[in-house]
Amino acid sequence: MIVLEDVHKSYGKLKILRGCSASVKLGEVVVVCGPSGSGKSTLIKCVNGLVPFEQGSITVDGVSVSDKKTDLPMLRARIGMVFQNFELYPHMTALENVSLAQIHVLKRSRAEADAGSEKLLARVGLGGKLASRPSQLSGGQQQRVSIARALAMDPKAMLFDEPTSALDPEMINEVLEVMQALALEGMTMMVVTHEMGFAQRVADRVLFMDGGEILEDTPKAQFFTDPATERAKQFLTKVLTH
Amino acid sequence: MNYRWNWSILLQEPYTEWLWSGLQWTVAISLVSWAIALSVGLVVGVVRSLPSGILRVIAGVYIDVFRNIPPLVQLFLWYFVLPEIVPETIGLWIKRDLPYPEFVTAVVAIGLFAGSRVAEQVRAGIEAVGNHLMPAALATGLRPLQAFRLVVVPLGLRAIVGPLTSEFLVTVKLSSLSLTIGVLELTAQSRHIENYTFQGLEAFTVATIGYLVIGLCVTGLMRLIDDRVGGAALRRAGS
Repeated sequence: MIVLEDVHKSYGKLKILRGCSASVKLGEVVVVCGPSGSGKSTLIKCVNGLVPFEQGSITVDGVSVSDKKTDLPMLRARIGMVFQNFELYPHMTALENVSLAQIHVLKRSRAEADAGSEKLLARVGLGGKLASRPSQLSGGQQQRVSIARALAMDPKAMLFDEPTSALDPEMINEVLEVMQALALEGMTMMVVTHEMGFAQRVADRVLFMDGGEILEDTPKAQFFTDPATERAKQFLTKVLTH
Repeated sequence: MNYRWNWSILLQEPYTEWLWSGLQWTVAISLVSWAIALSVGLVVGVVRSLPSGILRVIAGVYIDVFRNIPPLVQLFLWYFVLPEIVPETIGLWIKRDLPYPEFVTAVVAIGLFAGSRVAEQVRAGIEAVGNHLMPAALATGLRPLQAFRLVVVPLGLRAIVGPLTSEFLVTVKLSSLSLTIGVLELTAQSRHIENYTFQGLEAFTVATIGYLVIGLCVTGLMRLIDDRVGGAALRRAGS
């Protein structure tokens, strides 16, 4: 579904990604973890072309992301993305946030889009917040709206970029539960997160990154019991003891 | 001070009429030049925020030129110089046939000066508040221009309603410049009364109150709009 081959990315002289290769198969949930500054967020933003890269290739559903002939907006419409800071449109209601791209990208009528949005918002537990603006919602609620906004495009895969990092602790679970339900329904997911509990429950595989490289690409069970690299062991002891 | 106040002068014919007509001209110049400033500023500011293109460069030149030349000089350029440097037929038309030539020149000059300032506010609003949502909008599959039109620009504009109040007020005050090319607006009429009656302080007091009332109306109106669109909250959130 998603295939990354030898992806390089740098900002000026600063190398962010040094040859990352990985793949996410249909229906798989892959968690990307690693210390801050390891390039996780950059990597996931390369997948839908939000961050351009210099070298290597990424294909999603058989379509190359870096190919100039690729219609990127069309490709992005089939990959949902959820950001760390929710990035909802503050001047629109929850319903309008979810409906906007349905109307302008999928060319649905407003009534059709709103009906779909209502269902999705109910599904993420926000059926009663259709008319609320983001500023009237808690962080956890905003992030669930943003998940609904991504799902509204009927995506083939979902990218999550640290979806719970900006949340108060008591709100993290409500977001993780929505994500877990998605995973159980068979959604293909690539998730950058520090939530190791989520990884242990939901992930099929774990990618461990450090210094712009993917140091480990292992099945979940093995990653948590017997990581291959010393660096991953250190990371796990630090993260898991908390 | 030996000045002899005589407020009753203001109630005499034709002075009441003069002040009233001056106030009307001031309001008319302010509104029309503000309409020009807003329309020009919106278009130029939005174009200026585009990532690239020849239009963006042209918008930048307009802003630099009109923002940096004193508005009084601009007014003189439009009124005295323009008719002489355009082709003769156009110059003649401006001098002979243009309806309300002083008024039209004043609103164009003030409008384009204020427009360059509005354009910068628009650009700043889009950059500060709108742009950071670009990736999120693109990620849903919107095309860059759609994202710009549907998300980035509406947000940027909401955020600048507050700051635009000052630009509107500047425009109102600049309307008094038009007395230099012969528009009999509020300040001009006050001077007029002073010349006829030597009771200038009374006339200028009324003019001052006139400007103050207009200004307060503008402030109130803009605050109302700002509340409606939630501009203050956007500027706070900003991120």
